[in-house]
Amino acid sequence: MVELSGGEIVIQSLKDEGVEYVFGYPGGCVLHIYDAIFKQQDVKHVLVRHEQGATHAADGYARSSGKPGVVLVTSGPGATNAVTGIATAYMDSIPMVVITGQVPRPVIGTDAFQEVDTVGITRPCVKHNFLVKEVADIAETMKKAFFLATSGRPGPVVVDIPKDITDPNVKVPYQYPAEVNMRSYKPTVSGNIGQTRKAIKLIQAAKRPVVYSGGGVVLGEASEELTQLCHTLNLPITQTLMGLGAFPGTDVQSIGMLGMHGTYEANMAMHDSDLIIAIGARFDDRVTGKIADFCPHAKIIHIDVDPASISKTITVDVPIVGQVKPILLDMLAQLESLDETFDRNRIGDWWNQIEEWRAVDCMAYDKESDIIKPQYVIEQLYKVTNGEAFVTSDVGQHQMFAAQYYPFDKPRRWINSGGLGTMGFGLPAAMGVKFANPDADVACVTGEGSIQMCLQELSTMLQYDTPVKVVNLNNGYLGMVRQWQEFTYKSRYSHSYMEALPDFKKLAEAYGHVGMQITKKEDVEPALREAFALKDRTVFMDFLTDKEENVYPMIESGKAHNDMVMAPNSKYKRVLA
Amino acid sequence: MSRQHIISVLLENESGALSCVAGLFSARAYNIESLTVAPTQDPTLSRLTLVTVGTEETIEQIKKQLNKLIDVVKLVDLSESFSLERELALLKVKKNDIIAKKIEDLSADSLALITDETDGFLVIELVGEKVWLDDFLASIKDEIIEVVRTGVIGLSRGERSLTL
Repeated sequence: MVELSGGEIVIQSLKDEGVEYVFGYPGGCVLHIYDAIFKQQDVKHVLVRHEQGATHAADGYARSSGKPGVVLVTSGPGATNAVTGIATAYMDSIPMVVITGQVPRPVIGTDAFQEVDTVGITRPCVKHNFLVKEVADIAETMKKAFFLATSGRPGPVVVDIPKDITDPNVKVPYQYPAEVNMRSYKPTVSGNIGQTRKAIKLIQAAKRPVVYSGGGVVLGEASEELTQLCHTLNLPITQTLMGLGAFPGTDVQSIGMLGMHGTYEANMAMHDSDLIIAIGARFDDRVTGKIADFCPHAKIIHIDVDPASISKTITVDVPIVGQVKPILLDMLAQLESLDETFDRNRIGDWWNQIEEWRAVDCMAYDKESDIIKPQYVIEQLYKVTNGEAFVTSDVGQHQMFAAQYYPFDKPRRWINSGGLGTMGFGLPAAMGVKFANPDADVACVTGEGSIQMCLQELSTMLQYDTPVKVVNLNNGYLGMVRQWQEFTYKSRYSHSYMEALPDFKKLAEAYGHVGMQITKKEDVEPALREAFALKDRTVFMDFLTDKEENVYPMIESGKAHNDMVMAPNSKYKRVLA
Repeated sequence: MSRQHIISVLLENESGALSCVAGLFSARAYNIESLTVAPTQDPTLSRLTLVTVGTEETIEQIKKQLNKLIDVVKLVDLSESFSLERELALLKVKKNDIIAKKIEDLSADSLALITDETDGFLVIELVGEKVWLDDFLASIKDEIIEVVRTGVIGLSRGERSLTL
């Protein structure tokens, strides 16, 4: 058996795990590991400019590819800087393995230089974490980390490795385990047949069914099965922010996103539905609105891999625990074996009602305006990329505009921090997406607030040649904060206006990229075309947009689905007043 | 309606496993009345008993969240079955007639033992259900110099058991 040092074992384990990229930043406690990286070619290291960038890049890589993202950082500040990115991945159930250096075992607990209790700090925001105490345990721990990160409900796993067990002079026999068996961890795969049977019965009897699907369908690679189920049963489907793309957004059966900034038709359908079929979604507060008024007439079927998601905030009638894909396959098989053929027109009245709601055209905005409307930029982005780009976003109004105006027809194309809402996510995530999909168009939709939170990664993007098109919707405000202040604080714009913004065009150029500033509506589409034609360059497009545009519709905090604030110029009033 | 539950957990005997359990309760704002933990016959496993109070929905969530912790191997809600619960308290009092009378008055099936007498101070060992301990300690509260309680442990009766 080959003998390796701890540092070499870390890297060899990654190799044996089939890892292609590690996003990281060196430091004292990981120097032995970095030396092991230097001596091999298979695992490629990407040197970020800040550890938060490493985690978001690994996250973007994971979300767009389905493979786990891998991060390597040093102890102390290296680990604490990574925490935001770990928490981001945790909230959205993204598979990630984060290797953190730790001070040598003899000085743990002595407040040594660059020492923090990484396992303690990360515990609430990881699926699991390990402090490895013996060099002989590294390989098995790495195997466990990847197994945990990628199975069941995925999530980030931290492996904290003290420097002295990576010592190049201490070699131990190495064999990467083919599999691990953990008596305390047995995630459920297939669902209970009796429960799926019950679900089918409810669907057959429902008059106003709605499918509400989420990120679990994307993570569970069940897009095809979901699409087939909806098509077979002619079901209307609304998708969460995290689920967009699992069912084609341009399909007529898609009624758009639901929740706080969901469409009128999706939220009204939820409210009036008599059967909610929740698939890989977790009844997040941005989705449910006021719990007491959530889907008051509906029975609820809930398919989820995580038993703890079942009846957490909303009590459900038919829980089905397991992976989405096998459960949907089972449902499809049961439908197939039914004696009677399914009458697609059975819920014709319901569809008529939904079409009436859809006719409200809740996302209409002022298209005549001479000012650049953010919605217009996203629509042009859609047009220029033929709806085929990978789109990452930061957090705020621009995120909602991207989700609303760029219909995604494929899973893993829409990449954003849904659960934690991490500003600064978009740019490094876009870089990670580009590593996983080098030939694809990647756009990062951002705002002048968010982009400045992880801007330094522009430098990494130049070093590694990962061209991304940055669409900066610059309104000079922290737009979503300003919108809430307008709605609920009588327009007292407390610290939501940014003065002294940098010249983003020059800034991009200073980083070695192409910078553009777009101030006229007629320049929007040509600028985008020019940018995307520059295949091998990162282009930063600074769009000066309408300063006080709002995201509509909006369910204000604590309100019910049928209590939406509609755009002032929408047809809503004319239709329903 | 909120009710007390005794949950017994088999936990991997790993460093950090207990923090995971404690952290879960603080992070999700669950109540924790008492928590007691020690290794089992199998040294790779610890058995943890915790007493918590909550509505049926909250307790259900607590159990699910506990089960979700990677180091939790198995758990049982003892309140759902016919089970026994015990708690041990050590109590320091000054030797006097009131205490002597109290001990004497205890029924035969109550476990109270004067374990130590040093310089006129007694250490009394009490074993019983939590409610009985609460009541007894309340009845002599003015006499108590110091008291330490282990927290509740429990076991189901009959064939049912929490084992691997």
